[in-house]
Amino acid sequence: MIEPASLTQDAAVDNRDAFEVGPGVEELVWARGLRKTFGDFTAVDGIDISVRRGEAFGFLGPNGAGKSSTMRMIGAVSPATEGRLRILGRDPVTDGPAIRARLGVVPQTDNLDQELTVRENLLIYGRYFGIPRAQIRARAAELLDFVQLTERADDLVEPLSGGMKRRLTIARSLINEPEMLLLDEPTTGLDPQARHALWDRLFRLKQRGVTLVLTTHYMDEAEQLCDRLVVMDKGRIAAEGSPAELIGTYSTREVLELRFPAGENEAHAGGLADLADRIEVLPDRLLLYTDDGDAAATAVVERGLHPASVLVRRSSLEDVFLRLTGRSLVD
Amino acid sequence: MAAPAPALPRGSQAVFEGKMLNYKGNWKGSVVSSVLEPVLFLAAMGISLGTLVDQGGRLNQGVDYLVFLAPGLLAATAMQTATFESTYPIMGALKWHKTFEGILSTPVKVRDLVTGHLLFILFRLVTTLAVFLAVMGAFGALELPLGLLALPAAVLTGLAFAAPVAAFAAWVQNDAGFAALLRFGIVPMFLFSGTFFPVDQLPGVLQPVAYATPLWHGVSLTRGLALGDLDGSVALINVTCLVALVGLGVWLARRQFAQRLVI
Repeated sequence: MIEPASLTQDAAVDNRDAFEVGPGVEELVWARGLRKTFGDFTAVDGIDISVRRGEAFGFLGPNGAGKSSTMRMIGAVSPATEGRLRILGRDPVTDGPAIRARLGVVPQTDNLDQELTVRENLLIYGRYFGIPRAQIRARAAELLDFVQLTERADDLVEPLSGGMKRRLTIARSLINEPEMLLLDEPTTGLDPQARHALWDRLFRLKQRGVTLVLTTHYMDEAEQLCDRLVVMDKGRIAAEGSPAELIGTYSTREVLELRFPAGENEAHAGGLADLADRIEVLPDRLLLYTDDGDAAATAVVERGLHPASVLVRRSSLEDVFLRLTGRSLVD
Repeated sequence: MAAPAPALPRGSQAVFEGKMLNYKGNWKGSVVSSVLEPVLFLAAMGISLGTLVDQGGRLNQGVDYLVFLAPGLLAATAMQTATFESTYPIMGALKWHKTFEGILSTPVKVRDLVTGHLLFILFRLVTTLAVFLAVMGAFGALELPLGLLALPAAVLTGLAFAAPVAAFAAWVQNDAGFAALLRFGIVPMFLFSGTFFPVDQLPGVLQPVAYATPLWHGVSLTRGLALGDLDGSVALINVTCLVALVGLGVWLARRQFAQRLVI
């Protein structure tokens, strides 16, 4: 267990004392044995999570892995079926409103008020937090600037592009200056420009000290944004660590991708198994997981094999993800 | 933390403000229809049909049909306004646009949603019915000042629909349920609960059914106050039933909203 650097010696001692009964002072999310069931269906099956102040924490997993259910419990809108959960040090069962007052939430599907203008959406949302009107007005102007929507401030929401709506949802989630921002698949369905624009804004928020908790099934997003992440599969946590740690633990440094003519890939796999830590046979190619891709590639040629294409690349989070959650479709 | 509790919880006030912000976009249309509807109804039913009724002389209330009809229509308008505001807007916010979900991510609680929603309907009822009352005055169908008491009675009638219908809207899965509510609830009540003719003119077996409808209680109370011939014990029953419906409706709406939103 690595202690967060920001903890003082005393706090660390407190933390150890409190470890079994509650969160440490800098743990904004603390869950032990967290479960969520809907009837017979178990969405979240007993997970432990700790999110520390200032970090960007990701939930990575295929559709139906339990990410959104977990996020809704952390957002203090969905009661846990079982387990212990503390958010910002408080119990969501008794302190829901007080917790939500200090959170920002970007839901998976935008739930903006389509009949209101961009600015009105921010103004009324601030009122739900009980912020005085004048203060909201000033903050809304800043936030519209931050998400580059100032020019559209007085337009209706409905005709905006998906990327603009997403940016507005992020601006809205910041109206109460939250300590922690919860983002459920923040960039799903956006074009590359819009995704990069959003990542840029999220990165700036993180630099300002806002704790980010996000779900995604995009590996590049997880690698870009997350200091630490968990891979979820079927309601459980399959792995936990920084992107680099996960690659180090669950994959090799490099991957050699070989393409043989269709139908021959499987036949070659047996003869090459000794060249790699692990070999994976796909319909169109072979993946050889090895720490030295070039050496393995040379060895392949020395054995008199001539693949149609040879590619050496670094291992990515995607390799880890597919290894942990499998290649079959989940829907 | 120890701030004195405000008269209204902040959350429901914000929800009310949100509804008003939405309403700002379409208030003109609603004002036109809230003037036009009573004019059309009172002209067609009250004056034209009323002439025939008055010639037949079967009403036995000792008043012109127009004067008899107007407070009944006032109560029925309250029912319709409240029912409309508690159906599609609720389903839209709950299911289609999920704006309730967004609101509940803030400190606002489920009960604030229900209260704020009812506050907005209260506003819609008071304004719409005040316009209706003014039109009644223009038609000479309003006794002043006593007739003004019909306003709170009709508002109460509206709320007795607003709260239970909101619970219903959060209970049904799609808007087919609203068609059924109109067909088997609102329209029959509109026609047979005393708005257009006294319930004692219905066939004997149907009379108890009509007396059991919330609209009859609303019409009875509103008309009694407007015509100044209120029967105290009947009025007490009317008020008790309507208030009970508001209470039951609020309880059901909170429960049903929570069931749909806090999962």
